[in-house]
Amino acid sequence: MSDSATPAHAALVRLVRDEGTRVLATLIRVTGSVQLAEDCVQDATIRALETWPRDGVPDVPPAWLTTTARRRAIDIIRRERLRTGKEVAAVEWLGPDDPMSAVAPPDDVVADDLLRLVFTCCHPALALEAQVALSLRTLCGLTTAEVARALLVPEATMTKRLTRAKQKIAQAHIPYRVPSAHDLPDRVSGVAGCVYLLFNEGYAATAGADPVRADLVDEAVRLGRLLVQLMPDEPALLGLLALMLLHDSRRAARTDPACDLVLLADQDRSRWDREHIREGVLLVGEGLRRTPSTPDPYVVQAAIAACHGLAPSVAGTDWPAVVSWYDVLLSVQDTPVVRLNRAVAIGERDGPAAGLAAVNEVPGLERYPLWHASRAELLWRLDRGAEAAAAWRTALAGETNAPTRRHLERRLAGCVDAAADLG
Amino acid sequence: MPQYVALTYTADVDWSSPEQAAELDEYLAFGAAAAAVIRGGAALYPTSTATTVRVRDGKGGDVVASDGPYAETKEVLTGFYLLECADLDEAIAVSAGLPAAWNGAVEVRPVIEM
Repeated sequence: MSDSATPAHAALVRLVRDEGTRVLATLIRVTGSVQLAEDCVQDATIRALETWPRDGVPDVPPAWLTTTARRRAIDIIRRERLRTGKEVAAVEWLGPDDPMSAVAPPDDVVADDLLRLVFTCCHPALALEAQVALSLRTLCGLTTAEVARALLVPEATMTKRLTRAKQKIAQAHIPYRVPSAHDLPDRVSGVAGCVYLLFNEGYAATAGADPVRADLVDEAVRLGRLLVQLMPDEPALLGLLALMLLHDSRRAARTDPACDLVLLADQDRSRWDREHIREGVLLVGEGLRRTPSTPDPYVVQAAIAACHGLAPSVAGTDWPAVVSWYDVLLSVQDTPVVRLNRAVAIGERDGPAAGLAAVNEVPGLERYPLWHASRAELLWRLDRGAEAAAAWRTALAGETNAPTRRHLERRLAGCVDAAADLG
Repeated sequence: MPQYVALTYTADVDWSSPEQAAELDEYLAFGAAAAAVIRGGAALYPTSTATTVRVRDGKGGDVVASDGPYAETKEVLTGFYLLECADLDEAIAVSAGLPAAWNGAVEVRPVIEM
């Protein structure tokens, strides 16, 4: 086994990557430049991976990395100053010069810096796709090549996208600062939106061969945890992490060996991750306790996911509670899709006839395949096979991703077979 | 401190006509409120007065002046401000006070320091 393949080396890479993120956050504040900080931290992490396996891991790894990266920054700034004759940026944060004996910046300083970095990366003046890429690059510590792979974009395109975003931060002076209390709710919801987009890209992959992309889901959950750590009292972030954990708890049961999606109703619930569910349910409680008056949509969605997570079976689900949570969700997020989901829950609570009536009442979804698919399921349960088949065909005529399409095709085939048996 | 231009894009407007007095007052009120950060700017005559200038065949070629704005669009450049702000957040907050922000749009661009 080569060095780079041992578990010890993998752990070292992980350590360097995690600590690198924290060091980066501080160095951006100190140098005032994302690009410069990134270059220097990258330099320091490369040197760490070269020297630590040989000389041993320093007592305080983040201190070593900070000092090494800061030294590099000072070098570059001095050289730049000589070249241009201009004061470039002041490196005011001075610590001991020997990386082996350096102390790490205090935890609260690092936390503040990370928080600033979060809000800079997720600044609304940056395009959402740039926010996602920047977050992966800086907050998750992925290399540009890894970010490109994760988001299924050619590396050259990703390099350009990241460079442009960093240029805008520098040239338009996007601040490196936690927003004022007045702007905070809006900005927190922007941050949550960015992370949730990343999560959904992994959880319900629209591109690529796999219906689930575990690497993206893991990064999103990691970011969710970081956000809750940094802002433990924000209901949106508690709800977001809860929602992601509760959805992800079904990971092992969500796909079959052929990589096809398995519906919630058909999943083997013994394969759900109980630890994720437990943590998610606790977080829902935390989120609800911190909800002042207007419920947060993430917390409410997580509450719905918790109802499913705690249920032993479809029949054993607390459907009245699910419908009530959908009523709450409608009060803050009234969209046709939420109405559809509520109608489906009514079908489970009150029977397929009531469900069908409720689904039929949801306006504006004639072009949404899952509306037709929901009608088809309910019609099927009402023994109206011909109408069900027609609805499945309409659903299939719309645009869906490959796993959903295969599922709809299977349902339609089953329905047609049953009709043939009867005839 | 960084400087920004805030370019106001709205329906074409003739600031010199008396009908615009009320809207002009709104801009004057903005000017007073944001006086601390405004370093310059101007209201522009309507696009019917615009002339687009091009030099054909490269530098030194024929000067071609044509009637009308650079681009025919529904919302047009009606004025601009030069702002000096701490950062983009302040520039956005200030620009949000411009009537153009709700009557059209304001484009905020950082100015290169020379």
